[in-house]
Amino acid sequence: MTKRENFLKGFWKENQILVSLLGLCAPLAITTTVENALGMSAILMFVLILSNVIISAIRKIVPNQIRIPIFIVVIATLVTLAEMIMAAFLPSLSKSLGMWISLVVVNCIILGRAEAFASKNNILDSLIDAIGMVLGYALVLILISIIREILGTGGITVWGDLKFNLNDLFNRSEDNKFPFFSHFFVTPAGAYIILGLLIGFANIINRKKVVTK
Amino acid sequence: MTLGEILTLAFSAVLVENIILSRFLGTCPFLGVSSKQESAVGMGLAVIFVITLSSVISWTLFEFILAPFAMGYMATIVFILVIASLVQIIEMFLKKVVPSLYKSMGIYLPLITTNCGVLGMAKIVATPEYNLLTSFVMSFASSVGFLLVIYIFSSLREKIDNGPVPLPFKGVPIALIMAGLMAMIFAKFVGVI
Repeated sequence: MTKRENFLKGFWKENQILVSLLGLCAPLAITTTVENALGMSAILMFVLILSNVIISAIRKIVPNQIRIPIFIVVIATLVTLAEMIMAAFLPSLSKSLGMWISLVVVNCIILGRAEAFASKNNILDSLIDAIGMVLGYALVLILISIIREILGTGGITVWGDLKFNLNDLFNRSEDNKFPFFSHFFVTPAGAYIILGLLIGFANIINRKKVVTK
Repeated sequence: MTLGEILTLAFSAVLVENIILSRFLGTCPFLGVSSKQESAVGMGLAVIFVITLSSVISWTLFEFILAPFAMGYMATIVFILVIASLVQIIEMFLKKVVPSLYKSMGIYLPLITTNCGVLGMAKIVATPEYNLLTSFVMSFASSVGFLLVIYIFSSLREKIDNGPVPLPFKGVPIALIMAGLMAMIFAKFVGVI
């Protein structure tokens, strides 16, 4: 596998959410707003890149039988670091993500990449793998959150001042709003249905590719 | 704390604040092992066992060690180690003492370590708002909610696997959409409690 393939595989071919169906809790829970999805992506990026590099660096000295507990301790340490940095510099985001920051420890993609890739490959390849994987994951997170926030509230608000609202954009008055924005999409039920549809559409595209080949 | 308050806590943990459908904890086993009823029940029972035990232990550790020494920031690391070793101990204990039970839920035990429901529940109850009794009730009721939902869901999936589902949506996508419909129904229990 070339470095380029290694980097690109996380975006579509082995996309952790849409194709491998790993780590589905976070994309369901924290995608109510784009802001949360961006924050989560940043945390995952920090943790996955560092954990892949560290685990790849220590892979030769870790005894095989106890590798999983060691990986978990490395990951938990990084997540605790991320938790503290977040609480110090972005307190409001850290509050709205809540316990989902610490649940990154048990996010399948982190341990999954450690076990499936970083424990078998050198540091550079593991770094490239981590960056590709986490970017692919983050893009899907952000996509879901954009769909949910627009359908749920009619607009997007990021960090308070960067915002737009379709109702204002088309000069709709309070009693003449667009009828298709519903709070439903922000509720858990909406999350499940949108993720289900996205994975289904990804399957449709993947099937077409197979046919044309 | 009166009996009524405890019952309210328990019922809202099972139905309204359902661990899967409202909190999104434990979605991986929910989708992973729900294709057969038998395995869903096995997983559900194992989850009840582990979540209840680990949450009560986590609460105790938080209350008597982490909080008094101002080490709340260590919670994630401590809890994950507690959970991992607890699962290992339960596995060894069952293998030796109750082999029949081990056979039916043994294979699900290692999977539970990475079930975010376990760490999530430990994090939820390990706060000063809970005491020993309420943390027990909360974690037990939540995991019963897990069993309830995964059981209903597995029955639905056995049916829908034979249904006329478009090919790209077979399996996980249709299961997620079905979970969405179930979440809608469970959200309506708000009026009951």
